[in-house]
Amino acid sequence: MACATGVEIPAGERRSGYEFMSRETRAMQDDDVTNPGMLWVLDGEALWNRKDGSAVRACADCHGDARASMKGVAARHPAWDAASGRPVNLEQRINACRTARQQAAALAYESRDLLALSAFVALQSRGMPAAVAIDARTRPYRDAGRDTFIRRQGQLNLACAQCHDERWGKKLAGSAIPQAHPTGYPLYRLEWQSLGSLQRRLRNCMIGMRAEPYAYGAPEFVDLELYLMWRARGMPLEAPAVRP
Amino acid sequence: MTSRRDFLIAAAGAAGGIGLATVSRPARATPAAMQDAIRKVTGGAPLRSGRVKLDVPPLIDNGNSVPLAVAVESPMTPSDYVKAIHVFTERNPLPNVVSVHLGPRAGRARLATRVRLADTQTVLAIAELSDGSYWTDSVQVVVTLSACLEEVQI
Amino acid sequence: MARAVVNVPAKVKRGEIFEIKTLVQHAMETGFRRTQLGEVIPRDIIRQFVCTYNGVEIYRAELHPAISANPLLTFSTIATESGTIAATWTGDKGFSVTQSARISVV
Repeated sequence: MACATGVEIPAGERRSGYEFMSRETRAMQDDDVTNPGMLWVLDGEALWNRKDGSAVRACADCHGDARASMKGVAARHPAWDAASGRPVNLEQRINACRTARQQAAALAYESRDLLALSAFVALQSRGMPAAVAIDARTRPYRDAGRDTFIRRQGQLNLACAQCHDERWGKKLAGSAIPQAHPTGYPLYRLEWQSLGSLQRRLRNCMIGMRAEPYAYGAPEFVDLELYLMWRARGMPLEAPAVRP
Repeated sequence: MTSRRDFLIAAAGAAGGIGLATVSRPARATPAAMQDAIRKVTGGAPLRSGRVKLDVPPLIDNGNSVPLAVAVESPMTPSDYVKAIHVFTERNPLPNVVSVHLGPRAGRARLATRVRLADTQTVLAIAELSDGSYWTDSVQVVVTLSACLEEVQI
Repeated sequence: MARAVVNVPAKVKRGEIFEIKTLVQHAMETGFRRTQLGEVIPRDIIRQFVCTYNGVEIYRAELHPAISANPLLTFSTIATESGTIAATWTGDKGFSVTQSARISVV
C-alpha cells in the first residue's frame, strides 16, 4: 500500500490552527471571559478540590495548588507510565490517579468531568512549549504513531499526512486545512458547540476519511497523540483553544 | 433553487464524502415569516433606516457561532432612549433570534452575542425607541459549510 | 449545575458607563436536530435572561434557538453605586442559574 511521504513540516513553518482562523474566532479564544472553554475550566477547578472516591481524597490533597504542581504536565503528555508499561495521555493519567489514589471510578472519555479536569490541568501549561520525552522507551510508540499518520486508510484511501503535511493552508470545502498540531486540547470546537478531546477530533478525521475510528483510549490513538505532540514540539500550548 | 450549502453538501458528497450525508433539513423561515415576526414587534409601524448599526462578519468560520453586535445611536436619556433591540433572520428555521429590553440606565444602546446562522442569508436588527419609532439595519452574511461534520452526539 | 460567568470591572467611577459580559453553560438544543436514528432531539433552551443592579432590572433578553450554545451576552450600564450585578438565566426543563459580581463605584 502506498504511503504518504511523511516529510515533516520544518520548525520555522509550523503554524497553530489558531493562525488559520478568522479574526472573530481568534478573539473568542483570546478573551478568557468570552471563551466558552473556560466554563469547563471552572468545573475542573471545582472537581480538583472536591473529595472523591472511597479514599475520600481530592486531587488537591496530594497535588496542592494546580497552578504550581500541574504546570507543564500537559506539555509533557503523552508520557511514559511505568505501571502500564507504555505511554499514557493526560486523560489516562487523570484516570489512573482516580482509580489508584482516590479509589474512584474512571471517568469516561468526553464526559463533562473528564473534559473539565483535563481542561483545568491543561490550562496550567498555557504558553509552555510542547515537550514530550522521546527516549528508548517511548520512541517505538512515537514511531508507531507516525506510521498511523502516514498510512493511507479508509474508503477514501487517505493518509493524515496528505492533508496536514502536504496540503496545509489549502482549502477543503470552505475550511482551511491546518497542520494538525494538538496544542490546544481539550478545545471548544464551534462545530461541536462544546469542549472535546483530541481523540474526539481524531475520530472525526477518521470518519471523514471513511475509516473505522479506533475506540476512545485505544493504544493506536495514544501513539498518534504522542507523534503529534512530538511533531509540534516547541509550540506553545493554548488549552482551552477555540476552533471552527 | 439550490443554496450554496446544499451545493457544498452535494459537491462534498461527489468529491468522496468528506462530511456526513445525514444533515437534516428542517423547515426554514422565509422572508414572509420574518416579515410576520417583525410585524408582531412593530405592530406594522414603519421601519426607518439609520441610527442602527448591525455588525456581523461577512464571512464566518462556522454558522454555529457567529459574533453579532448591534449599536444604536441614542442619547439614552430618560426622555429619549432605546427601549428594545430585536434581531431576525430570513432563513433560519425560526425568524426570531433575540430581543433585548433596556433603558436609559444602560448608558449605551448596545447588544453583543453569538448566534447560529443556518445559511447564507439576510440578518436584520430593529431598534424600538422611546418615542415609538422603529429603526433598522440589515446585513448579508455568507455561511460556508464546515468540511468535517460530525454526527450528533448525545 | 451549569457554570456561569458575570464579568465587570472591579472598580468604576460614578457616572461612567461600564461593560457587563455574561456567559453560561447550556447546549441551547434547538429542537431541529435529529439523532442518527432520525429521532428529533427535543428543544431545550434558555428562554430568558435578566440582569439586575442592586436588585433593579437593567437589562432583559428573550432568547430563541438561534442563540449559540453557551450563550454570551454583552451590554453596558451606568455606574451609580457600589453593589451587586446579578444575572439570572431561566429556561426549559426548570433551568435556572444565577450568578453575580461585585462592583465598586468610586
